[in-house]
Amino acid sequence: MKFGIVVFPGSNCDHDAYHASKHVLGQDAEFLWHKDTDLKGADALILPGGFSYGDYLRTGAIARFSPIMPAVQAFAAKGGPVLGICNGFQILLEAGLIPGAMLRNRTVKFICAHVHIRVEQTDTPFTSSARKGQVLRIPIAHGEGNYFATPDVLAKLEANRQVIFRYTTAQGDVTDESNPNGSIAGIAGLCNEGRNVVGMMPHPERASESALGSADGRVILESVVQSLKTGVLVARA
Amino acid sequence: MIDPKVLERHGLTPDEYDRIVAFMGREPNLTELGIFSVMWSEHCSYKSSRVHLKTLPTRGPQVLQGPGENAGAVDIGDGLAAVFKIESHNHPSFIEPYQGAATGVGGIIRDIFTMGARPIALLNSLRFGSLDATATRRILEGVVAGIAGYGNSIGIPTVGGEIGFEPSYAGNPLVNVFCLGISKASDIIKGVASGAGNAVYYVGAKTGRDGIHGATMASAEFDEKSAEKRPAVQVGDPFMEKLLLEACLEVMRTDALVGIQDMGAAGLTCSTTEMGSRGGAGVEIDVANVPQREAGMTPYEIMLSESQERMLLVVKRGREAEVERIFDKWDLHASHIGEVTTDGMLRVREHGKLVAEIPNRALTDEAPVYHRPMAEPEYLSDVRGLDLDGLRRDARLRDDNGALLALLGSPAIGSKHWVYRQYDHMVRTNTINMPGMGAGVVRIKDTDRALAMSVDGNGRYCYLNPKRGAMLAVAEAARNVACAGARPLAATNCLNFGNPERPSIMWQFAQAVEGIGEACRALDTPITGGNVSLYNETDGKAIYPTPVIGVVGLLEHAERVVSRTFKAAGDAIVLFGEGFGELGGSEYLKVAYGLLQGEPPSLDLPAERALQDLVRQLADARLLRSAHDCSDGGLAVALAECAFDTGGIGAEASIDAVSVSRDSEINRAAALFGESPSRVVVSVAPDAVTDVLNRANVAGVPARVIGRTGGQELRIAVGGHTAITIAVSEAERAWSNAIEHYFAKRVA
Repeated sequence: MKFGIVVFPGSNCDHDAYHASKHVLGQDAEFLWHKDTDLKGADALILPGGFSYGDYLRTGAIARFSPIMPAVQAFAAKGGPVLGICNGFQILLEAGLIPGAMLRNRTVKFICAHVHIRVEQTDTPFTSSARKGQVLRIPIAHGEGNYFATPDVLAKLEANRQVIFRYTTAQGDVTDESNPNGSIAGIAGLCNEGRNVVGMMPHPERASESALGSADGRVILESVVQSLKTGVLVARA
Repeated sequence: MIDPKVLERHGLTPDEYDRIVAFMGREPNLTELGIFSVMWSEHCSYKSSRVHLKTLPTRGPQVLQGPGENAGAVDIGDGLAAVFKIESHNHPSFIEPYQGAATGVGGIIRDIFTMGARPIALLNSLRFGSLDATATRRILEGVVAGIAGYGNSIGIPTVGGEIGFEPSYAGNPLVNVFCLGISKASDIIKGVASGAGNAVYYVGAKTGRDGIHGATMASAEFDEKSAEKRPAVQVGDPFMEKLLLEACLEVMRTDALVGIQDMGAAGLTCSTTEMGSRGGAGVEIDVANVPQREAGMTPYEIMLSESQERMLLVVKRGREAEVERIFDKWDLHASHIGEVTTDGMLRVREHGKLVAEIPNRALTDEAPVYHRPMAEPEYLSDVRGLDLDGLRRDARLRDDNGALLALLGSPAIGSKHWVYRQYDHMVRTNTINMPGMGAGVVRIKDTDRALAMSVDGNGRYCYLNPKRGAMLAVAEAARNVACAGARPLAATNCLNFGNPERPSIMWQFAQAVEGIGEACRALDTPITGGNVSLYNETDGKAIYPTPVIGVVGLLEHAERVVSRTFKAAGDAIVLFGEGFGELGGSEYLKVAYGLLQGEPPSLDLPAERALQDLVRQLADARLLRSAHDCSDGGLAVALAECAFDTGGIGAEASIDAVSVSRDSEINRAAALFGESPSRVVVSVAPDAVTDVLNRANVAGVPARVIGRTGGQELRIAVGGHTAITIAVSEAERAWSNAIEHYFAKRVA
C-alpha cells in the first residue's frame, strides 16, 4: 500500500512519518506538497505534526485553506483512511473533519514526554490491530493539546464511540495526574462519524522502533496496512 | 559631523577613528562609520581575543573545516560530515529573555544550514542567578520558553544541555546555544563571494529597524540603563526560518550557488564584507533593492539592521531563474540586490548614488588587534586557600544522608526535566539518548552510526583557577561523550567573560584559552570554531569566567549507545579512576558551607585520555550496562543518579576513605562528595566483570568493583563504615523537585 504524507509549510514531522511508513513498515510512501491537488494514488493519508504556517493565527487555522485540502476532504468523504498527528489533528479540527477545538496545555507550557494512552475503540482503520483497552507508551510534544468540546458535542462523541484514545496511567486508568494537558475526558484521539478519519495528539511515528524508547506506536500504522489488505473498516478511496 | 560623542555612541575609540581615517585617506561619512563600528566591534572583530585564540589546536585528520567559516566540520565516515558550532546570545537574553534566547537559536541554526548541512540537533548551556530571586525565575522561564518556541517550531530537537545557578550571573545570564548538522563531506558550502558579475541575492525576512547596533551592544557592559536598549534586541520568526532552511537546502542541491551566508550580527554589513573578503572579491549592492519593513529607512539603518531570518547568496551567472523558482515554491522572494566585483571594495549605493565605499580589507584583516594588558586578579589570593580543619557545617547537613539530599535537591545537580520537557527532544526520530541520560545522542539514518554531543563548563572552577577550570570543562565534555560509547572527535567553544579592558579579566581569558588548548591537544579534540562573548558585566561586576565547551563524538554502532541509568538488579558496580577527596570549588562546599574556595580538582590528562578510551572500548564491546561520570557532587551523587529514572533500582557500594582533614566528618564528606575528575561509574553484568577488570588493567586505568545494584535503597559505606542509607524514592523525589518546586505554584 501507499502512504501519502502531506507537507505543509512548517510541517516538521513529515520526514518522521515517511521514515516510519517506508523504512519501518516497508510500505510505499510519498510526500504530497500542500500546493498540489493530486493525491498521487495514496491509499492512506497522514497529516503530520509540526507548526504549519508557524501556527501563528491558531494551530492549523491557515493550513486548512491549503490547495490540497479539498482533495483530502474528498478522499475522507469517500471513506479513505486519514490520520492527523499532533498539528495534523489540529488541522483536522480546523477543517471540520473532526469536531471540537484545542486549547493551550493547562500548564501553559510545551510538553515533550512519553505518556500512556489507552485504545478505546478498535473499529477504526488505525486501531484495528490493537486490543481494546491496550495501553500504549507514546510521546506527546505540543503546546496546544488541551482538547475541548461543548457538553453536547462531547456527549455525542461518547455516544458514537468516537473517542479512540485516552490518556491513562501505565495501568490504563484515567486519572487527572495522567492527563498531561487538561484535555476534557482525557481525550488523546478521536475519529469522525465515518470512523475513517482519526486525529491524535501523541506521535505514533516517534514510537515505532525500540531504539527510540518505545515501539508501541507501530500498531497504529500497522493497523491501516492490515485494514487496507483485508478491506474491512476502510474503503479504497 | 563626526565628533567624540558620535564616536562614543558607536563604541569606537579616538585611536580607532584615526586608523579609519588613515585607511580611507579621508573622513568617513556616517554610514561608513556605522559599518566600521560594527565590523570593528569586539563581537565581530575578536580584537581582544584573537591573539589568544590563535594558540588553540584547530587541525587534525578528522577536521574538514576549522575556525573562520560559519561553522566547523569533521569527518564522520560514510562520506558524511558533522557541522557544528556554539554561540552565545547573552546580552539580548538579559534584556528580553524570550526573544533573546529564541533569536540565539535561530542564529546558530542559520550558521549550520549555511554550510549546506541539515541541522539535526541542538544543545544549550545556560547560567542564571539564584532561583530564589523572582527576577531569575522570570529570566529562566523566558529563556527556556524562547529556546523551546524557536527550536520546537522549526523542528530541530534539543537533545541535551546544562544549566548552572550562581549569583554572579544574576545580572548577566548566559545563553549559549549549540547546533549540529549533517552534510555530505563533499557538499560543504562556504560563505564566499567570487566571480565578477555574479548576482548577489537577498532572501528571507524584510529589513527593519530592529537590532541596530546589536553587535555594539554585545560589546559593552550593562548598567541600570540597559533595559532602554530593548530596541536593539531582534524578534524571531521560526516559521520564516523553517522556510529559509528548506529552500536554501534545496537551492544548495542545484549547484547554482557560489556561496551563502546568513545575516547575523552586523547584518548586511558583515555578510557582504566577509563573503567578499573570503573570496578575494568585492561586493556592490544597492540598498534600495533590499526589502524593507518600513518606509524611510536610511542606508545606515539598512546596513546595520540585525533583523533575523535573512540570507545573502551569490548565484552563478545564468542560474538565477532556477534559484528564484525554488524560493518561489517556498513562498519566499529572492531579491537581486547587487553584484560581485573584482576590486575588493564594499560599495553601497542607494538608487545608484554611492553612499559608502570601503576596502573589505580595512573592515576584516585590518581590524584592530589588541594585546591587552593582563594581571592576575587580586581576589585569587583570598579564595585559593582552603582550611578543611576549621569548617563549621550547617547542623542540618551534619549527617551524610542530609548532605546528599541537599546536594541532590540543589538546582545545579537536580533533575532538569522541568526545562527539557519544554523542548521537543524527539522530533526527527533520531534521539537515542534522551536529555538527562548523559550526552545527547542522535543516530544517523541510513548508516549504522550515531553522534554523541555534550556541552560543559564550570564557572566556579574557572573563578578559582581559570586554566584548570577550562581544562576540566574540556575533559568533562569529552568524558560525557565517551560515557555514551562515542569517540570524541572535535570541540567548539563559547568563551564568556567580563570586560577585556580590565587586566584581571584578560588574564582569566588568556589562562582559560591556554587550558582549553592543552586539554584539547591531549584529548585529540581540536577546536573547529566557536564564539567569544566579552563584557559580561553589570554595574562593573563581572560574571565568573565561563568557558563552555561542546564536544562531538562518533559511535560506529548506534545500537551500542550507553546511558546513565542502572538496567538491572544484581549487576556489579565498577568504579574507574581514583578519588582524592578534592573539595576545592565543589558543589558540596557551596551547599553545606556557602563557600567558594580552594583549588579546583587536579586533572591528569593522560589518565583522563586512558579512561575515556577504555570506557569507549568497553561500550563498543557491549560490556557496559550503564556509564556515568563523577562530576558535581562527586561519587555519592553519581551513584544516586545512576539509580534514578530506573523505576527504583537501588545500589549498595563501599568506597575508599580519604584523609584530607583532621575532622572525620569532613573526610567522609570528601570521599562521598569530593569532585576528583577522571572517574566513571559503570554497571556490568556479573559474568562480564573479569573481562572488564582485565581490560582496565591493560589500559592502565584503576578499576575496582565497589558494589552491586539492587534493592530499593542506596547504601554507601566509606572505609567500611556505613555513611548513606536512603530510599531511592526519597532521594529521587528531592532530585526531581530541585528546579520544579520553584515553579510549583504555577503548575496547575
